[in-house]
Amino acid sequence: MKQLLLTLMLMLPTMAQAECLTRGTGDMGIIIERASGSVLVIDTSAHKVLFRVKGLGDLSHASAVFSRDERYAYVFGRDGGLSKIDILCGALDKRVIQGGNSIGGAISQDGKLIAVSNYVPGGVKVFSAADLSLVADIPATATAKGKGSKTVGLVDAPGQRFVFSLYDTGEIWILDMKQPGKPALTKFTGIGRLPYDGLVTPNGRYYISGLFGEDGLALLDLWHPEKGVTRILDHYGKGEQQLPVYKMPHLEGWAVAGNQAFLPAVGHHEVLVVNTSDWKESGRIAVHGQPIFVMARPDGRQLWVNFAFPDNDTLQIIDSETLKIIKTLKSGKGTLHMEFTPRGEEVWVSVRDKDEIQIYDTQSLTLKTRFKAEKPSGIFFTNRAHQTGL
Amino acid sequence: MNLFRMTMLAAFALGSSAVVCANAGPGAQRQTELLHLLRHDCGSCHGMRLEGGLGPPLTPPALRRLSNEQIVATILHGRPGTPMPPWRPFLSPSEAQWLAMQLKQGVSR
Ligand code: HEC
Repeated sequence: MKQLLLTLMLMLPTMAQAECLTRGTGDMGIIIERASGSVLVIDTSAHKVLFRVKGLGDLSHASAVFSRDERYAYVFGRDGGLSKIDILCGALDKRVIQGGNSIGGAISQDGKLIAVSNYVPGGVKVFSAADLSLVADIPATATAKGKGSKTVGLVDAPGQRFVFSLYDTGEIWILDMKQPGKPALTKFTGIGRLPYDGLVTPNGRYYISGLFGEDGLALLDLWHPEKGVTRILDHYGKGEQQLPVYKMPHLEGWAVAGNQAFLPAVGHHEVLVVNTSDWKESGRIAVHGQPIFVMARPDGRQLWVNFAFPDNDTLQIIDSETLKIIKTLKSGKGTLHMEFTPRGEEVWVSVRDKDEIQIYDTQSLTLKTRFKAEKPSGIFFTNRAHQTGL
Repeated sequence: MNLFRMTMLAAFALGSSAVVCANAGPGAQRQTELLHLLRHDCGSCHGMRLEGGLGPPLTPPALRRLSNEQIVATILHGRPGTPMPPWRPFLSPSEAQWLAMQLKQGVSR
């Protein structure tokens, strides 16, 4: 009997993979393990790792989106791999190598299309979310060197559209996929030098590209694309020495509180505050280093900020009302990413060099618990499935 | 084989051992740190496998057109007007030299 039990116990891990879980997925998510090419499937209520899914290739800088039924995660890998993971079964459902070197992706409004943006060859490819078959291939403008411009900041927008920026050629393109067989492009050129990332506001109205080669950001009103791209915050950094940038900031999601939005300043130890009614700068917050992610707690009351090398061992929390730093945490070297639980009582933080995930209570700003993960980077919870731009 | 050549060879064989020569390059522990920096911090722009990202690939074929000195200069001083930052605050010239050599040879993954 004892023997049987032991055998059963030994079999459990494999059985779990073969026999899928029967449960809801609303409190689940995935964590990218960047060096080992694997993904952890986690339970955010139980603080538990449910599965480790392996064989996903080069996951440095990998990101993910979720199917609208919150069962599948689509992971965009650096090596051009697009993987569809069944999080209830902890299994790789399908994987294609779609490009040479990809940077991110998005899922369409109706959940049927997955778009991936590529560095090499530059451009965007669109796939069927069901079986990852190719639906459309959109090459980017050729650069002077004859290669397609790198594409960055790819997001979804209402009206079955995708929006992205062209890094080398300074453009924003809208890709309309209402008729999948007839992709329609609207191009905006001369938007500024070296757009490095982009975001869309949660209502899907405004698309914003961060510029590396110039001050300010490029803004496109997707309700009125005919008005063209305008420059916002173009005075920030003027006449000030820009510091060397050891890691590009990320524009992801949209840290908003009331009519104020918060953005990482490139090459400055500052978070920029912008008034969303007139897009004018309304303040700056001096912080510990060059910000990478500026993330608002879902209720907008706090902003959590992490930093570029060599300050990437720190997290700062800002009160969005007073614009004061209320806490500085030494989370450890390689603090790469943060993800709030859907209603914001916790934030999960990946600390690469400690090989761990730290979970903080956002009320007391203290560490609740931690667990091991191999060189973790991106953390993505399933509630992203229902948010435009994520 | 003359004595001079033999000593040179011995020095080479011992590599970075600090006993041999003070400026033979970074010691073993620092080498590990430098490889970590290369993979993760340079990797944030050049790709963790250095096959390219926002920055160009840093593989031996991609770097063939550059001399060691040019690579060292790029690492230490960056490329103004591009995102490539200067690493002089964090790397000594001999460390940059060592990194350039690793890049030229191809870093084991
Ligand atoms: C913030 C992004 C970023 C980081 C971090 C970064 N680089 Fe670069 N690097 C670039 C870009 C962009 C270029 C291309 C510059 C140009 O257009 O000439 C470049 C160019 C180079 C080149 C010249 C390549 C060629 O083919 O001309 C070398 C060598 C290099 N980087 C080494 C490094 C090393 C070593 C590190 C880490 C110590 C590093 N880089 C970190 C962005 C970065």
